[in-house]
Amino acid sequence: MATTATAQTKWWSGGKSPFNIEYGKLMMWYFLMSDAFTFGAFLISYGSIRFSQNFWPDPNVVFNAFPGAGHANLPLAFVSVMTFILIISSVTMVLAVHAGHNGNKKEVVKWLAWTIVGGFAFLGCQAWEWHHLITGEHATLIDGQIQMVGQTTRVNPWGALVHGPELTAALQNSTQHTLATLVSEHSTAYTHDQLMGMPKQQLLGLINEAEVHVREKGPVAFGGYFYGITGFHGFHVFSGVIINIVMLAMAQNDVFEKRGHYLMIEKAGLYWHFVDLVWVFVFLCFYLI
Amino acid sequence: MEQSATEITFHHHTDEKAFKRNVIRTTVILSVITVIELAIGLIIYTMHKGDNPNTYLVLAFKGLVCILTLAKAYYIVSVFMHLGDEIRNMIMTIVVPLMLFIWFIIAFIVDGNSYKNLRNNYDRHFHDTTMPKEHHNAAEHAPETEAPQPGKQ
Repeated sequence: MATTATAQTKWWSGGKSPFNIEYGKLMMWYFLMSDAFTFGAFLISYGSIRFSQNFWPDPNVVFNAFPGAGHANLPLAFVSVMTFILIISSVTMVLAVHAGHNGNKKEVVKWLAWTIVGGFAFLGCQAWEWHHLITGEHATLIDGQIQMVGQTTRVNPWGALVHGPELTAALQNSTQHTLATLVSEHSTAYTHDQLMGMPKQQLLGLINEAEVHVREKGPVAFGGYFYGITGFHGFHVFSGVIINIVMLAMAQNDVFEKRGHYLMIEKAGLYWHFVDLVWVFVFLCFYLI
Repeated sequence: MEQSATEITFHHHTDEKAFKRNVIRTTVILSVITVIELAIGLIIYTMHKGDNPNTYLVLAFKGLVCILTLAKAYYIVSVFMHLGDEIRNMIMTIVVPLMLFIWFIIAFIVDGNSYKNLRNNYDRHFHDTTMPKEHHNAAEHAPETEAPQPGKQ
């Protein structure tokens, strides 16, 4: 390419890269811009639906769990861990790209390896969070009785809290199994089998209405948007990790040394930073506001 | 040793020390902003737990978090992705199309809000089943809530 260009010196008369940038890198930027619109459209659609609802679940109520902490109420704790993992893995990627500029193979391999570790750590966190949300059992008022449901794309258990006579009636209508589960959440005095064998009125007597958190159903769209958008982001993280693994293998096998430059790492780096950039907005839209 | 492709005609030279300082500075800025965001998130949580959360104050805090997020995005794009080091015209080909988001966000959020208002005005059932109880005027809607249809909550 460079051989044909020697006669022309003006940038916009052809023959030179007008932006003094490698073609592949420029195209990566345009791809990322289009991807930004895809993510933006998803998030704006979520915002539009959220603004069309009278009630939307408080993220601090939905995302308050931490691995190994049981039922402790720790809003924002786990997601801040995830956010810092991505920030740190972005920094290690910057260092990998910089090492590539200097043609330092050992450093490139080292920092890429740390970036991949960060990517897997983030994916692990997301897998735990999804699993926790889907399999969680939350007392929800559905069709007049209490059911234990998780957060799925079909039901949202994070509506307004149910109080007073409505709660009393709901407890009366609920099945033995649900009541037994509710009791065992707050006390370990009886085994589940003992509770299942108890007369219903005695079981109801064990429930302190001030203690149980029963909620109405929340907006169904919540689950679809949350799993859809964090899933799409997680898919980007996953493909970023795969790209980084390929870069690591190529660097290890001296492909870039033979080529004379490590510019491909730069493009992989752009993609990885973009993944971090998107998370900043996902974090904002789903967890903070 | 600098290495590059044939398309590149000149290089931005940064010495090792300046690079290190810049990366550390940006990392600290991103972390500090994130911690501030988390603190604001917890403030909003505490306000929501209270009896009468000041909706305007909550909204102001949410707006502040949005601005902080934009600051984070700026640092990631300009320093980590080195867009700030590119030629101005190249930056403009990325940034100018993104201006579409200004219209995009405003239009769709206003539309969602308008749909909500229309439904609350013309769809009583939507209003009564989805409006949070705190904002409910109990006396006004007493007849409807007293006699719920069986199987409906």
